[in-house]
Amino acid sequence: MDTFLQQLVNGVTLGSVYAIVALGYTMVYGIIQLINFAHGEVVMLGAMVAYSVIVALAGAGGALPPLAILAIATLTAIPVCMVVGYLLERVAYRPLRRAPRLAPLITAIGLSIVLQNIALIIWTRNPLPYPQVIATVPYRLTATPDGATITNVQIGIIGLSIVMMAGLLLLVYRTRFGVAMRAVAQNPQVAGLMGIDINRIISATFALGAALAAVAGVMDASYYGVAHYQMGFLLGLKAFSAAVLGGIGNLAGAMLGGLLMGMIEALGAGYVGELTNLCHLSGWSDALAQRCVNDPHLELFGSNYQDVFAFVVLILVLVFRPSGLLGERVSDRA
Amino acid sequence: MRPIHTIGLTVVAAAIVSLYGCGKEEPKQAAAPRTETAAAAPAAAPAAETITVKIGSAGPLTGEIAHLGKDNDNGVRLAIDQANEKKIKLGGKTVTFEVLSEDDQADPKLGPTIAQKLADAKAAGVVGHLNSGVTIPASAVYNQAGIPMISGSATNPKLTEQGFKDIFRIVGRDDQQGPAVAQYLESMKIKKVAIADDATAYGEGLANEVEKTLKAAGVNVVAREKTNDKATDFKAILTKIKGRNPDAVFYGGMDATGGPMLKQARELGIKAVFSFGDGACTDTMKKLAGDKNAEGFICSQAGLPVVAASKGFLDAYKAKYKVDPIIYAPFTYDAANLLIAAMQKADSPDPAKYLPDLQKISYDGATGHIEFDDKGDRKLAEITIFTMKDGKLDPIAVVKGGKSVAFADFMKAADAGTPSASTTAPAKADEAKK
Repeated sequence: MDTFLQQLVNGVTLGSVYAIVALGYTMVYGIIQLINFAHGEVVMLGAMVAYSVIVALAGAGGALPPLAILAIATLTAIPVCMVVGYLLERVAYRPLRRAPRLAPLITAIGLSIVLQNIALIIWTRNPLPYPQVIATVPYRLTATPDGATITNVQIGIIGLSIVMMAGLLLLVYRTRFGVAMRAVAQNPQVAGLMGIDINRIISATFALGAALAAVAGVMDASYYGVAHYQMGFLLGLKAFSAAVLGGIGNLAGAMLGGLLMGMIEALGAGYVGELTNLCHLSGWSDALAQRCVNDPHLELFGSNYQDVFAFVVLILVLVFRPSGLLGERVSDRA
Repeated sequence: MRPIHTIGLTVVAAAIVSLYGCGKEEPKQAAAPRTETAAAAPAAAPAAETITVKIGSAGPLTGEIAHLGKDNDNGVRLAIDQANEKKIKLGGKTVTFEVLSEDDQADPKLGPTIAQKLADAKAAGVVGHLNSGVTIPASAVYNQAGIPMISGSATNPKLTEQGFKDIFRIVGRDDQQGPAVAQYLESMKIKKVAIADDATAYGEGLANEVEKTLKAAGVNVVAREKTNDKATDFKAILTKIKGRNPDAVFYGGMDATGGPMLKQARELGIKAVFSFGDGACTDTMKKLAGDKNAEGFICSQAGLPVVAASKGFLDAYKAKYKVDPIIYAPFTYDAANLLIAAMQKADSPDPAKYLPDLQKISYDGATGHIEFDDKGDRKLAEITIFTMKDGKLDPIAVVKGGKSVAFADFMKAADAGTPSASTTAPAKADEAKK
């Protein structure tokens, strides 16, 4: 039970990060039906920029309290990522807005490679040990001494994610900017006729997604303790799968999809070995029973399938419910 | 774009041709020394004059691990300087040894280029290279040119598995590390162990060796997990491991994943001893896992720590370079001396003549007694077990020939065993205790 609870905590923390990244994918898709494959790289850049700031601040004498260092680092990473997000849209997507859909998809992949290589040049190919400015304090969740724990960092990540998601929902459903965003998403031409500056709204959407990505990058890197120029690739791909799982284009769907994806991954990696352990079938075969006496773990699939679950889920969703869990069944606008 | 493609293809074609060539050439090279030894011997006995014998020293002298390359080079130069002072005579002629230092930049692509350069310069023997990845492609060229090569630091088993008779190494092999770590864990009297790896050839191979050795010793392997070499999230598998409550965890992988894994394990409250192979036997672990989390993990490295080298070597090195050797210098020093010793035995600097003597050499060097097996690996090579103590990797045990000996005891035994060093024994024992 303790193990299960611990996996659940791991899953929810990971899922919160996925959810925040997934929001970036889903917002952009919602507004211009483009899958911004460079979004994962923006997450990576956020982590990297914050890394440099933390190293600089922590090295400068360490007079600042740890939380302030982390806050300053994140607040530096956010504008940098917003500029990158804006530039991505301006340079690579806007000129192709009327091009066939495949064209911007390819530029997105190209940009992702460009960003990775820029990061490689600046921050080297080595995994960067993310400075642990906040000491990790585990809190016990159960009465047993060695049982499941939740750390202050995990609580921070989950809490911050909830705040950001709530903030985003308020922005989209309660402000004039949000109304404009939804209008552009519904019909750009008509929104333009109503006096909305479409380009500005689209740029702002990219910047907003990038800001969330920056925070997600800092959260992910400080949670796992390592940042790497390729860290954004798989993270981005999984978050994208989460967005599809929830229903791409749907904000609540991205949040739900992210959380589910995190939990599927943690529980999957934790239990796939157990579930596919052939030794459970010992009663059926004497040879198997004998084999399992000495070594009770004859697992068909192991935890190396951790990364596979996200994509298995993606395939299943696309087959059985193409519009995702919360996606509306809208006919293609094209 | 067109010309670049053509050049690329030409290079690839050339590489394939040369590789293929090596494979074909190899038996002839292997056979060559024996037939020529007797025939050319009488020719080398005229009046006393001096000849110059060139010894190649190849390693990265620029780049990220230039300090290690320089250390290796220093070891070779020290041996050569000492040999020149002795005015060694080969075939009646006084020999002046000359070191040809070449920079391979730790780049596998440069390995064969440097090797060819040394072959063209008529090097009589080569000490190097530093990295396995560079040494393996270079070794094919040395083999083809018939130049004996001894590496003092390349630990990848593949190097001596190619069937090249003139390729040697005097450090342990990676595949000796798995059993060594397992033997050490076993000597700690652990009962339950969890094993994980990063699904690379290196990590999985290492973890499998550990698993095999521990199972044979009756240790219960409670979990066998896999991740990958780019993963950052190990919480899921660690939580599973925690549920099985092992006394020790072994991870086959590099420091880039081993460090974060150790950190995440301690965060989850796993108290088991963590152990790694040489890929995670670095100071980077401390940075990646955090100082406090890294404390107490154990790891293995092929060879011996520098302090275990002979006092004579350490003093001479310090006197010449004003710094202490870093890691492999005692091995390259021995490698250069081995070449010279073999030449003396054969009374000739001709590779074809002294190679048979090198193959069956029995030599006491700075790193202990050296003999080669059929493959060109050192017999009874040592694997050293380190532990992270007070932020530093400290040697705690040496595994040799399947037995784990505490490092302090090993140092004492080594001092007692070599009479020449007996006068300095107390000083060395003190050093070991520190």
